[in-house]
Amino acid sequence: MKVLVPVKRVIDYNVKVRVKADQSGVDLANVKMSMNPFDEIAVEEAVRLKEAGTATEVVAISMGPEQSQETLRTALAMGADRAIHVVHDGELEPLMVAKMLAKIVGEESPDLVVLGKQAIDDDANQTGQLLAGLLGWGQGTFISKLKIEGGAISVTREVDGGLEKIGLKLPAILTVDLRLNEPRYASLPNIMKARKKEIAKKSPADLGVDTTPRLKTLKVAEPPKRQGGKKVGSIAELVDKLHNEAGVI
Amino acid sequence: MAILVYADHNNQELSSATLNAVTAAGQMGGDVTVLVVGEGCDAVAQAAAKVQGVAKVLLAQDASLKDQLAENVAPLIAKLAEGYSHVVAPATTTGKNIMPRAAALLDTQQVSDIIAVESADTFIRPIYAGNALATVQSSDAIKLITVRTTTFAPAEAEGGSASVENVDGTGDAGLSTFEGAALSENERPELTTARVVISGGRGMQSGDNFKMLEEVADILGAAVGASRAAVDAGYVPNDYQVGQTGKVVAPELYIAVGISGAIQHLAGMKDSKVIACINKDEEAPIFQIADFGLVADLFQAVPELKGELEKQGIQAR
Ligand SMILES: Cc1cc2nc3c(=O)[nH]c(=O)nc-3n(C[C@H](O)[C@H](O)[C@H](O)COP(=O)(O)OP(=O)(O)OC[C@H]3O[C@@H](n4cnc5c(N)ncnc54)[C@H](O)[C@@H]3O)c2cc1C
Ligand SMILES: Cc1cc2nc3c(=O)[nH]c(=O)nc-3n(C[C@H](O)[C@H](O)[C@H](O)COP(=O)(O)OP(=O)(O)OC[C@H]3O[C@@H](n4cnc5c(N)ncnc54)[C@H](O)[C@@H]3O)c2cc1C
Repeated sequence: MKVLVPVKRVIDYNVKVRVKADQSGVDLANVKMSMNPFDEIAVEEAVRLKEAGTATEVVAISMGPEQSQETLRTALAMGADRAIHVVHDGELEPLMVAKMLAKIVGEESPDLVVLGKQAIDDDANQTGQLLAGLLGWGQGTFISKLKIEGGAISVTREVDGGLEKIGLKLPAILTVDLRLNEPRYASLPNIMKARKKEIAKKSPADLGVDTTPRLKTLKVAEPPKRQGGKKVGSIAELVDKLHNEAGVI
Repeated sequence: MAILVYADHNNQELSSATLNAVTAAGQMGGDVTVLVVGEGCDAVAQAAAKVQGVAKVLLAQDASLKDQLAENVAPLIAKLAEGYSHVVAPATTTGKNIMPRAAALLDTQQVSDIIAVESADTFIRPIYAGNALATVQSSDAIKLITVRTTTFAPAEAEGGSASVENVDGTGDAGLSTFEGAALSENERPELTTARVVISGGRGMQSGDNFKMLEEVADILGAAVGASRAAVDAGYVPNDYQVGQTGKVVAPELYIAVGISGAIQHLAGMKDSKVIACINKDEEAPIFQIADFGLVADLFQAVPELKGELEKQGIQAR
C-alpha cells in the first residue's frame, strides 16, 4: 500500500503572530517556521504503517515556497521515502492545494492519503475533505484511531458529542486529530540519511492547476485586546467580585 | 438571493448551533431555507419550521442519510445548492466534515468559521488561532460558509411557520459505513452554549480530581471543559477540549483551573465575557487575560470555592 502525506510549512505553534501595521497580513519575516503539528502526526502514522508492513512506500508532498523543502526534509527524516515539492510563492487556497493533490494522486495512485485535520495558520480545516470530494473517495476526518484490515479500514473520529466509528473502502482520505499518536523526533542519523532522499520538484503549471485565488483578503486586523491582569486575594473576594461586581453568578 | 442553511441535529433534536447559523444567514440578505438531512427526523424539520427567519424547510430522509456521512450528504447539498447564492452550516464537527466536500463538488472555495458578515460576499474569520482577523471577499458564484456559532446570537426557536417540503437524497455512494458512536453523556449544559464554563488543565492531576470541578459546576449550572493537556492525559474525554483545535466557547463566565493559558487554549475561550482563573504560578499567561485571577493551590481553592458559593447561597441561573 502506498501512502501520500501532504505536509505544510507553517508558523511554529509557539510563536505569537503579529499583524502587519498596514493590515495586509501577518508578519512572517524572521519568524520560526515548522511543520504543521497535525502533519507531523500524519507522517508518524504513515511511517508506523510502513514499519508494521502495511504500507510499502510513504511519499511526502508540500506546496509552498523554496523553504518548504525544509519541511519535506523533516518528513523524510521521520521516515518518508521520498518527497514531491510543488514550488509556489504566494497565497494558495485549500481548493487549489486539493486540486494539485488530486493531480498528484492521479500520477502516484496511492491507496491512502493522510492529511492534518487543519493547518494551524489558516485554520481552514478543508483540504482533506476537498480532496476526497474531488476524487470521489471516502473520507475519515478528525481521526484518533486507525485500523486497517484487508481492503477495508475502520477509523474512530473525534466529534463534538464524543467519538464516532466509521468504515471506509480503500482508497481513502484520512485527516488526523491530535490524539492519534505522538510523533517521533527524527534522530541525527535519520536526518543525515534524509539529505540523500529524493525531492522531486514541480510547479502548479506542471500539474495544470490554476492558482488564481477565489478569495480576496481585504485586510488582516488585530483582534480586540482584553484588559486582563487583575488579581484577587482570596476565594471570598473572587466570589464577591463575580457575584456583585461582574454579576455573572 | 436565497440562502440554504444545513441543519445540525441528531435525528431527534435540532441543535442550537443551527439557530446561530440561521442568524448569520439572515445577515447575508435573502430568504433562508433550512435543509434537514437524516432519517426519522420529521420532528427536527418541524422544529426548524418554527424558527424565526426561516422561509422554508427542505427535508431529505432515507437510510443512507441517517448518520449524515459526508460521502452521501455532500452530493445532495451540491445538487440543491444550484438554486442558492449561499450555503451555510454551523462549524460543528458535522459541518466541518461535510461542507468542504460539497465545496469540492461545486468548485467553490469555502470560507471557514466566520465570526462576522460584512456584506453578502465579505466575511471576517479568525486566523492564526484567533491572533489575527482576516476580512475576506469571495468571488465564487455560490458561497459556501461555515459559521462560528458563539459569535452569532441564536435565532428565536419559536414563532416561525415555514413550510416543509420533502426532497430526495442522492443515494448511497457506497464509500463509507457508520459503525457506531460512543457519545459522552452527562446532565450538564452543553459546553458551547453554557452560560458558565469551568475548565481544568494538567494541574488537576487526575480524572478523579475533576469531580471537584463538577461539584462547582453543578452549583453554578455550568459545563465542564478542559485543556488539551488534560484530555491527552486521559482525565476527561475528547469532547471536553476547549481551544484552537477543540471547541470554541464564549460563556458569560469562564473559570480556568490549573490551566497555564497557552495560545491554543486561549483561542477557544478568550471571547468569554468574564474570565476567572485559579493557578499557583503567578507567572502563568492565563493571568494576563483573566479579569479575576487568584494565585492559589487549586486543591485548596476549589473546595473553598464550593464552600463559599454554598455559604452565599449562590445558585444556577
Ligand atoms: C490572510 C491570508 C494570508 C495568506 N497568506 C499566504 C501566504 O503568504 N503564503 C501562502 O502560501 N499561503 C497563504 N495563505 C493561504 C493559507 O495560508 C493556506 O495555504 C491555505 O488557505 C490552506 O489552508 P489551510 O492550510 O488552513 O488548510 P487546511 O485545510 O486547514 O489544511 C489541512 C491539511 O491540508 C494539507 N495542506 C494544506 N496546505 C498544504 C500545502 N500547502 N502543502 C501540503 N499540504 C497542505 C496539510 O496536510 C494540512 O494539515 C493565506 C491565507 C489567508 C487567509
Ligand atoms: C497543534 C496544537 C493544537 C493544540 N490545540 C489545543 C487546544 O485546542 N486546546 C488546548 O487547551 N491546548 C491545545 N494545545 C496545547 C497547548 O499548546 C498547551 O500545551 C495546553 O493548552 C496546556 O494545557 P494546560 O494549561 O492544562 O497545561 P500546562 O501548560 O502544563 O499548565 C498547567 C498549569 O496548572 C498549574 N498548576 C499545576 N498544579 C496546580 C495546583 N495544584 N494549583 C493551581 N495551579 C496548578 C500550573 O502552574 C500550570 O500553569 C495544542 C497544541 C498544539 C501543538
